[in-house]
Amino acid sequence: MSKVLAFVESRDNKIKNAGFETASTALKIANELGAEAEVLLIGSGVSSITAELGAYGIKKVITADDPRLEKYSTTAYSKILAEAAKQRGADIIILSATAMGKDISARVSAKMEAGMASDCTDIRTENGNIIATRPVYAGKAYIDLKVNSPVKIFTLRPNVFKPVKADGVSAEAEKFEVNLDDSDFKVQVKEIIVSSEKLDVTEANIVVSGGRGLKGPENFYLVEDLAKVLGGAAGASRAIVDAGWRPHDDQVGQTGKTVSPSLYIAVGISGAIQHLAGMSSSKCIVAINKDKDAPIFQIADYGIVGDAIEIMPVLIEECKKVLSN
Amino acid sequence: MKFAVCVSQVPDTTTKVKIGSDGKTIDPAGVTYIINPYDEFAVEAALQLKEKNGGETIVISVGSDKNKEAIKKAYAMGIEKGILIKTEAEMDSYTVARNLADVLKDINADVVFFGKQSIDYDDSQVGNLTAEMLGIPSISVVVSLNLEGSKLICEREIEGGKEVVESVLPAAICAQRGLNNPRYPNLKGIMAAKSKPIEERQPTYTENKTEVLTMTLPKPKAKGKIVGTDASAVPELVKLLREEAKVI
Ligand SMILES: Cc1cc2nc3c(=O)[nH]c(=O)nc-3n(C[C@H](O)[C@H](O)[C@H](O)COP(=O)(O)OP(=O)(O)OC[C@H]3O[C@@H](n4cnc5c(N)ncnc54)[C@H](O)[C@@H]3O)c2cc1C
Ligand SMILES: Nc1ncnc2c1ncn2[C@@H]1O[C@H](COP(=O)(O)O)[C@@H](O)[C@H]1O
Repeated sequence: MSKVLAFVESRDNKIKNAGFETASTALKIANELGAEAEVLLIGSGVSSITAELGAYGIKKVITADDPRLEKYSTTAYSKILAEAAKQRGADIIILSATAMGKDISARVSAKMEAGMASDCTDIRTENGNIIATRPVYAGKAYIDLKVNSPVKIFTLRPNVFKPVKADGVSAEAEKFEVNLDDSDFKVQVKEIIVSSEKLDVTEANIVVSGGRGLKGPENFYLVEDLAKVLGGAAGASRAIVDAGWRPHDDQVGQTGKTVSPSLYIAVGISGAIQHLAGMSSSKCIVAINKDKDAPIFQIADYGIVGDAIEIMPVLIEECKKVLSN
Repeated sequence: MKFAVCVSQVPDTTTKVKIGSDGKTIDPAGVTYIINPYDEFAVEAALQLKEKNGGETIVISVGSDKNKEAIKKAYAMGIEKGILIKTEAEMDSYTVARNLADVLKDINADVVFFGKQSIDYDDSQVGNLTAEMLGIPSISVVVSLNLEGSKLICEREIEGGKEVVESVLPAAICAQRGLNNPRYPNLKGIMAAKSKPIEERQPTYTENKTEVLTMTLPKPKAKGKIVGTDASAVPELVKLLREEAKVI
């Protein structure tokens, strides 16, 4: 009999969006297998946030709640996840493919001799087997794969799986007692430097990105303003990151971040293969580019072939108008 | 001190992917292979630590003869010793890590460097897997690094910012772009790398934990709609986003 354990990421005792996606997907897989799904929260004070998971149909939340776990530690967190999985008898472990999820999952894979499918864009069951789909070669191909070890790990690309609300479920919390000593904190976060209060491109549902077609950093406000109006985040091509217009943090693409928002608007971006690698799994893609042959139009759902500097102010106003209705 | 770097050899980023006849891997015909770009940051980081602290550097790769090119690239940049764990088999991340860990456990490096991810399967697993198998801490997505006595202080990228992370030695580091600017090998380095021997070893573990069932190309997108050629197309675009795509 299978049991699914989802590690749900929280920061400062706030559950991340990706965490709800992971909890919902774990529940869906468990239901398909006729198994139970439980969630694990790790941190200091996480016992206070377990109820939120009930709203997503989770009936049991395991908490590793300890002041020493306030700041992330690769070694301590992965030890807790592996031990909780063993104690709960979980053989399917699901995490988000976030910076933290990727970091923990590989260590748990080694600890439990568990095969892993990482950064999945789909997971489903077929005759009792879990089949995962994931992009390879920067999204130029996809593989379907199966994990054959007794314990199986899956990490999910953020923003791809939909969190599903469920009514009338209350989450029962259970404390997981962990034995931690100094050797479990060989590595630990000392401080978090928030790049700014702005929304990160990987977490935004709408991303507006700018490229060299904006002509100069003085025009980047057009991208930021549109992102603001739409409640999204502003991203950038590598060309303008390298040129120093934008921080590396904003870069979308193979050597930047991978995003899959519901709407991606590329402004003055040619659509080089390395840029596409970071955004081609977006649900709806809009391109504004003056060159009708720019490769971005090959993957765009909608496009305007024209001058971004002229089009953007009109687009910002139109969106403002429409969204205020 | 001892610094080890793990490198893979991958298809160049501009490769047009064609599916091979087995339906599970790419067709290698016409593909140009390069050292994994993130591994160049790893090599550079190892060289800089060695130059500052003294010691030796070693590069390890798991793969076929084509991976010798990645080792030679590391040699040309200045790495002193190289080991190829030679295999023709398709290994998953777990299996690659097991082989690396088996070699690394006798090397006893103070810092083992990896790239953030290899750009073929984009797994981002091998660094942390190997570290766990060696029983040492790891820091992934590293953009800055300082060795202070017997402590490593790094910054790693996370969503919306960076974490300052402290680790004891020995430790593993997975390098992200931004960590440094990899040096260009000079002609002398390139010439010397050509004749420098590479130690070959047999894999110690070959069983995969995952199995690829099929590889497919992304479904070609239906041709997008070009709504217009100037700002007058904006109202129509916004209407489509609202009513057809339902994304705003
Ligand atoms: C190993 C490697 C990794 C890389 N990683 C990344 C990555 O992570 N992310 C990334 O983005 N790139 C990456 N690149 C770089 C990538 O190949 C491209 O060089 C880069 O994406 C180009 O940026 P761009 O589209 O802004 O600029 P350009 O290619 O110069 O395109 C500018 C576009 O703007 C259009 N334009 C010009 N004027 C206007 C106007 N007035 N109005 C509207 N449109 C206009 C032009 O038609 C053109 O299509 C990588 C490259 C390599 C080799
Ligand atoms: N076959 C290999 N041989 C040696 N090192 C590897 C190999 N595959 C991956 N690595 C290392 O692990 C890192 C992450 O790879 P991956 O987990 O495959 O994305 C790479 O950047 C390399 O440093």
